[in-house]
Amino acid sequence: MTDRDSALSIAGLGKRYGRAQVLDGIALDVAPGERVALLGHNGAGKSTLIKLVLGLTRPTSGTIRVAGHAPGSMAARVATAYLPEQVAFHKSLTGREQLTTFARLAGEPVKTVAPLLERVGLIDAADRRIGTWSKGMRQRLGLAQALLGHRCVALLDEPTSGLDPISRHDLYAVIDEMAANGTALLIASHALTELEARTDRIAIMARGRLVADDSLANLARAAALPTRIKLTARDGAADALHSELGGTRINGRAVELQCTTEQKMAQLARVTALGDAVRDIEMVPPSLEDLYRHYCGEGLK
Amino acid sequence: MIARVMAIAAAEFRIQTRNRWLASATVLMLLFALALTFAGSAPTGTLGVDLLTVAVASMTTLAVYLAPFLALMIAFDAVAGEAERGTLGLTLTYPLSRGEMLLGKFAAHLAVLAIAIGLGLGAAGAAAWLAGGAGHESLVSLARLIATAILLGASFLALGYAASALSGSGAGAAGLAVGLWLVLVVLYDLGLLGALVFDSGGAFTTQVFPWLLAANPADAFRLWNVAGSEQVALVSGMAGAGAALPGWAAPLSLLLWPVLALLLARAAFARVEP
Repeated sequence: MTDRDSALSIAGLGKRYGRAQVLDGIALDVAPGERVALLGHNGAGKSTLIKLVLGLTRPTSGTIRVAGHAPGSMAARVATAYLPEQVAFHKSLTGREQLTTFARLAGEPVKTVAPLLERVGLIDAADRRIGTWSKGMRQRLGLAQALLGHRCVALLDEPTSGLDPISRHDLYAVIDEMAANGTALLIASHALTELEARTDRIAIMARGRLVADDSLANLARAAALPTRIKLTARDGAADALHSELGGTRINGRAVELQCTTEQKMAQLARVTALGDAVRDIEMVPPSLEDLYRHYCGEGLK
Repeated sequence: MIARVMAIAAAEFRIQTRNRWLASATVLMLLFALALTFAGSAPTGTLGVDLLTVAVASMTTLAVYLAPFLALMIAFDAVAGEAERGTLGLTLTYPLSRGEMLLGKFAAHLAVLAIAIGLGLGAAGAAAWLAGGAGHESLVSLARLIATAILLGASFLALGYAASALSGSGAGAAGLAVGLWLVLVVLYDLGLLGALVFDSGGAFTTQVFPWLLAANPADAFRLWNVAGSEQVALVSGMAGAGAALPGWAAPLSLLLWPVLALLLARAAFARVEP
């Protein structure tokens, strides 16, 4: 992929604060309309990466191109939308005034402000001071300013923080709409949840390095995490169950088995052959969290 | 560029009116100016000048302290406060240069100062005029006082931005602003006074001292007002110091200070990483 067809392109990026190497050899491309989740623990370097893309700080090594422009240049800033993690506004301005200020800074007509406030469900509160708003409302105003104009790249830092489930659902819709309009989205998060799983690609950072960058399905396949089968034995049958099937004893009555996706049916057949020694069975496929921990753990080795 | 500067200025002016800085600064100026005008009205008879002239002389002394103080109080939060509250990072991701952001804030803050100084000193002047009469010359002195006080405020607004950008936190910026005020408005003069006493009429007193006086914005403000009117000079007793200087020295200093301080603030702001 060349600079020309990727909205955001990062190559060989490194950042050092004093003796601490915060980022090392990051390479990441995001195509127009692509949604990429950027995952990592606190301190993994996500926020530094975002600051570098915004041009708020300079890289020690490597290059970043935002829609073909250097980060922090006027052209790059026109092309970039940003939703900070802890979005803050002047509390003595009203929502409409704050968004109007941003529209004028972005060179967008002021008449786009009211529909945007409507779009994020803030039109009724628009003329109240932001100081009186809830955190979720401020987060939605942050989203509204990220929707101003047509941006090539959007950087959303923890966009779901402080949002209730309904607002969360609206956020999914907004993200999909932006992607459909050709905006490249980079969504930073410290957890792999429903939102991140809905993206096209998942990039995982650990200790300043990129340890994974692929679709969720591919990551799950490559990780080959086991499915857990939890069996609850009939009274007194737990020992028999354990000696027959192996696995680990959880407590007096339960046994847990682990198996790969391919072995699953064979294991099930063995379990059913035991008849009524098994009172209950529960199968737990690898969760998003398991997958995330698998890749983060790999990065720490 | 103008549109972006105006966008920042409009938002900033709203903030200043909502957080009541505009109102409190105006009331403060007005109260002090009125108090000084009427408390200082005693010498009119003995010196043979009208009440407004005496009022202008008193208000010159007042404005030397109050205009820089108000300006620093408004300005110290401009960069550090925004960085602390987390509003700076988002604003700087917009296509807005740091210089444009400073200029926008400067325009709004200068408007607040101009309103406070214009209303405060103007009202006190009007009261003096009504109570004791005013000549053409004293009206010109009042107009000069108001204009130069705004220029003095502009210098300290820009110095306040530099302090704000240099210190990492709002509290640090407030401390630095108080320090600036103390050094430039109070200690500088004390230092010069000490040097004068030590020099006792030597080359320093005649050659160097007047230029050092003109180099400080607060003293340049005094000199300009004093040199502008013989009568104000007479009342304020500062006639000697300005006489050794060419007439352009103090005005040039007071006009250069806001520009140089803004450039300094811009340079300091460039180093801020939100």
